[in-house]
Amino acid sequence: MSGRPQLAPVLRRLRLARTARATPTSLSRQAALQQSLARPARCFSNSRSQCFQKTPAVAAGQAKFTSETYPDIKRDARFAQLTEDHVAYFRGLLGSESAVLDGVTNSNAADDIEPFNTDWMRKYRGHCQLVLKPGSTDEVSKILKYCNDNMLAVVPQGGNTGLVGGSVPVFDEIVINMSRMNQILEFDEVSGTLVAEAGCILEVADQFLASKGYIFPLDLGAKGSCHIGGNVSTNAGGLRLLRYGSLHGTVLGIEAVLADGTVVDDLCKLRKNNTGYDLKQLFIGAEGTIGIITKVSIQCPQRSPAQNVAFFGLESFDQVQLAFREAKGQLSEILSAFELMDEGSQALVRQVTGNKSPLEGQYPFYCLIETSGSNADHDSEKLGAFLEDVMEKGIVVDGTLAQDETQIKSLWAWREGITEALSHLGGTYKYDVSIPLKELYQLVEDTRARVDAAGLLGDTDDFPVRAVVGYGHMGDANLHLNVSTRRMDPRVEKVLEPFIYEWIAERQGSISAEHGLGVMKKKFIGYSRNPTMVGLMKNIKTTFDPNGILNPYKYL
Amino acid sequence: MSALRILVPVKRVIDYAVKPRVNKAQTGVETAGVKHSMNPFDELSVEESVRIREKKRAPGGVEDICVFSAGPPKAQDVLRTAMAMGADRAIHVDVKEGEDLEPLTVAKLLKAAAEQQKSNLVILGKQSIDDDANQTGQMLAGLLGWPQATQASNVEFGEGDTVSVTREVDGGVETVRAKLPLIITTDLRLNEPRYASLPNIMKAKKKPLEKKTLADFGISAEKRLKVLKVTEPPARQGGGKVEDVDGLISKLKELGAI
Repeated sequence: MSGRPQLAPVLRRLRLARTARATPTSLSRQAALQQSLARPARCFSNSRSQCFQKTPAVAAGQAKFTSETYPDIKRDARFAQLTEDHVAYFRGLLGSESAVLDGVTNSNAADDIEPFNTDWMRKYRGHCQLVLKPGSTDEVSKILKYCNDNMLAVVPQGGNTGLVGGSVPVFDEIVINMSRMNQILEFDEVSGTLVAEAGCILEVADQFLASKGYIFPLDLGAKGSCHIGGNVSTNAGGLRLLRYGSLHGTVLGIEAVLADGTVVDDLCKLRKNNTGYDLKQLFIGAEGTIGIITKVSIQCPQRSPAQNVAFFGLESFDQVQLAFREAKGQLSEILSAFELMDEGSQALVRQVTGNKSPLEGQYPFYCLIETSGSNADHDSEKLGAFLEDVMEKGIVVDGTLAQDETQIKSLWAWREGITEALSHLGGTYKYDVSIPLKELYQLVEDTRARVDAAGLLGDTDDFPVRAVVGYGHMGDANLHLNVSTRRMDPRVEKVLEPFIYEWIAERQGSISAEHGLGVMKKKFIGYSRNPTMVGLMKNIKTTFDPNGILNPYKYL
Repeated sequence: MSALRILVPVKRVIDYAVKPRVNKAQTGVETAGVKHSMNPFDELSVEESVRIREKKRAPGGVEDICVFSAGPPKAQDVLRTAMAMGADRAIHVDVKEGEDLEPLTVAKLLKAAAEQQKSNLVILGKQSIDDDANQTGQMLAGLLGWPQATQASNVEFGEGDTVSVTREVDGGVETVRAKLPLIITTDLRLNEPRYASLPNIMKAKKKPLEKKTLADFGISAEKRLKVLKVTEPPARQGGGKVEDVDGLISKLKELGAI
């Protein structure tokens, strides 16, 4: 399955255009039809970088330098300035012309370097002048050793699809981009263990596994661009977490390079290995602050041949909770996703895509349920009984069940298309939080009330905030609170922060459930981790990276 | 004007989103364990019939929408889907798995069905996406001696049992008019099929579904055509990636292009 990229009717029309390919009548007309229908579909690809390139309107103009947005972050004077000698060393080391993008000696390279300096949302921008693309672990090791000896700061970078500015430099750090290390090294068809290099794109890995009947235990909207090394470094969560668990469980081993060039070879392929400290766990979610992951070995489950998707509307968050409990009870082992969306988020998707909602009426909440199993008849019988039950009990008001593969994809697009729809409408304040389920949606309501009370929320251009919406992975108690704005307005941020973080801290929630901390949440780590924990993290950081050259100015 | 009795033939085919694979014996495509669903063009026919009723487009009203499918027992799933979309009842003609009917046989079967059900309008997909024959509607019109309007993109009802159909043809559209009874085959732009809602999916389980055999219609599944061989189109040669401009130049030189 190549993902669920397009949004509903667009795809539906496209699908029909494609089925018409074999029609015996009028080829030229069909070609024209395909062209005209294919066009709108294209910009709704789910790959972030693609969307980014094809819709330049998303981000008008240049991003602001991170160093200007966060004036209290100062360049660390211990780090050396890049010189021509440094560049000459790297050129000699990496050899090939394309592996070194050099803005130090070549002033024309600025345009080539820009994509590595800016994140995909264009919220963060660094002053980097040198991008290195190593092709092997050995090269990564030599680069880091040289940088460590010469006090040069570096930023490891994967697909650059992060949401918190963790993968782009703040000042003149060297970007070490992993895109050339993109090979799948080995796959065991009996155990399902995959070993791949860090720069392997998630979708490529997943398609490779699909051909073997397996599935990558992680799936997320950016799968067309993100690297699995980056996924592991940020401990990405995504859509399959409910079913397959977090990367802390599925990653069996990693190979990483420490700041001084030491190669940590822990590329274990076994599920069980109780021999001392499980050090690889430290690299999972470290955001590149203690080492650069170069290879990953991961346990992949069997791909389920039968999938079903249901989408329904509910009247209140209480009913959403009831539906979740019923789903867990009645669908148990085949339940693979339970996603929540509020009407606000769906209204934005409708507005941006112009697609017709799958349901006739509008409801305050929508849920998407996916089941995956080995026997289609068994699954649909279970799902049918479940749907009948929740309808009869009045938990669900209306809903629909995908009748074919295409409908499965279009229903998913209503959930996966939210991020992209928001990015078309202007800047968005994104909060990725985990709160006990009972109060999950309360945060959205409280935030909306607060923004409204401050007179910032409205339907016309007079108000800086367009909407406060919530959606997320209900199954993992993970909410995405998004505040969609029409323009930058310092008042908005003052209303939102630290209010949201305090709200979460009061309930022992997490201020970053799956996106990480990066630059964005640097200041706020204290809301989720106490000083003892932060102190321990700093000690670990110093042990692995005494000079602090790895991804500086980020959360530690 | 007479009330409409619409017959909507539907076919269960390999899901549009699934890539079909040729079986090892090269006699056809692999169907076992492959996801099936309603032929997309038939979805358009069902949707159009339901819309004619909902929007009250026919002056004489719609008396009956009957969906009809010949195929293995699983074909009942697509009939239920059609009923969830709004059809009133269904007829399933049991045909053994793998014993596919040829377009002429289907047309003969539909002729018998249309006469038996006293239908005065048959709306079919212009083709099914498995064999892409695009013949059944035309053959049926010939057998019944009814007028036909193929590849419809718009259907309008007028006074005195007349129906105007806009057809998509080379270089534009053509509007034809005929009197009931009539055959219409559907094309892409006719409408956008709906999602079946949960309450309707449940109601559809209680709608009548008649089970019949070919013999009930006096038809036998004789074969006039013989499939000699089914093969995949030749695989596309993959492109290669080069590291940089120098790599590109040497590659082009290697191929003798420069």
